[in-house]
Amino acid sequence: MDESIYLDEARDPLIIAEGWMKDGKDVAIATVVETWGSAPRPVGSHLVIDAEGNFHGSVSGGCVEGAVVTEAIDVIGSGKARMLEFGVADETAWQVGLSCGGRIKVYVERLG
Amino acid sequence: MDPYVLKTLNEERRARRAAVLVTDLGDGRDRIVREGDPVAGDLGTAIASAFRTGNSRSVEAEGRTFFLNAHLPRPRLVVIGAVHISQALAPMARIAGYPVEIIDPRTAFATPERFPDVALHAEWPEDVLKRAPLDSYTALAAVTHDPKIDDFALKAALDARCFYVGALGSRKTHAKRVERLLALGAGAEQIARIHAPIGLDIGAASPAEIAVAVLAQTIHAFRSRGLEAKGAVA
Repeated sequence: MDESIYLDEARDPLIIAEGWMKDGKDVAIATVVETWGSAPRPVGSHLVIDAEGNFHGSVSGGCVEGAVVTEAIDVIGSGKARMLEFGVADETAWQVGLSCGGRIKVYVERLG
Repeated sequence: MDPYVLKTLNEERRARRAAVLVTDLGDGRDRIVREGDPVAGDLGTAIASAFRTGNSRSVEAEGRTFFLNAHLPRPRLVVIGAVHISQALAPMARIAGYPVEIIDPRTAFATPERFPDVALHAEWPEDVLKRAPLDSYTALAAVTHDPKIDDFALKAALDARCFYVGALGSRKTHAKRVERLLALGAGAEQIARIHAPIGLDIGAASPAEIAVAVLAQTIHAFRSRGLEAKGAVA
């Protein structure tokens, strides 16, 4: 458990997103906005993505990050936010799903 | 997300100030709400709850869906006094989610042997608090019994609006302490915030039991903070 009371600037997704923005990069921010069952990351967790597909943070235990990054690159292109849903009940579950049996909703938006 | 909103949010987080990011999931518009900012209606109630619990969630209000992302600074507990009570309090508080720092200039007390795995400062509170100031997400427990060590830290905790301020000592001891704090310039209303005798009244007898009482009182203060924190971010 991280016990520092201060932000871990090198790993904090929102700090990294701000840094990317200052470097002139296009950035998307993904946020877990709802969870059901044993979701691996709590509501409010972030994954930040740049247009090249670089990312920091997590919205699951690594199960769906790949799919979120792909969607995020589209969102950077279109500027239109998307709501993604993942879970074992999904028809795509055999491809990208949460092996833990939980379900999550992820909001993906462009920064700026 | 609005770039300016992200910049502001990160500023608040760096400064250990609480903020709730409110995003309208319908149109994507977002804004920062700081603790004590007035927000009316169901949304205001939900935001107040997010500040108190630290839980992020989606809410329906005004016919729209909002996502409230609560960014609360990590609470911490500063203990003045490397005494027997602190030896029990430090590991218990850490397990409960309140990292502990212990300050005691008496080098015979503040030894790493007595306090393994604890942030320990064998220095005067004046010096340590200058480097790492107290804030409204910090609790302070003064347990040395020694006015020379406790008083400055208590006054600093009141001025910084620490969410919890407790001081060890009987009612008689505390009455004398009140006189000294008044002389240091503390207001009577400020001084009334000090929990003394320290700890929830659970009939604690041993140092470890007193530590439980102090920790319980700290948690209670944290989870019931709200109205009194309104003027905190000035």
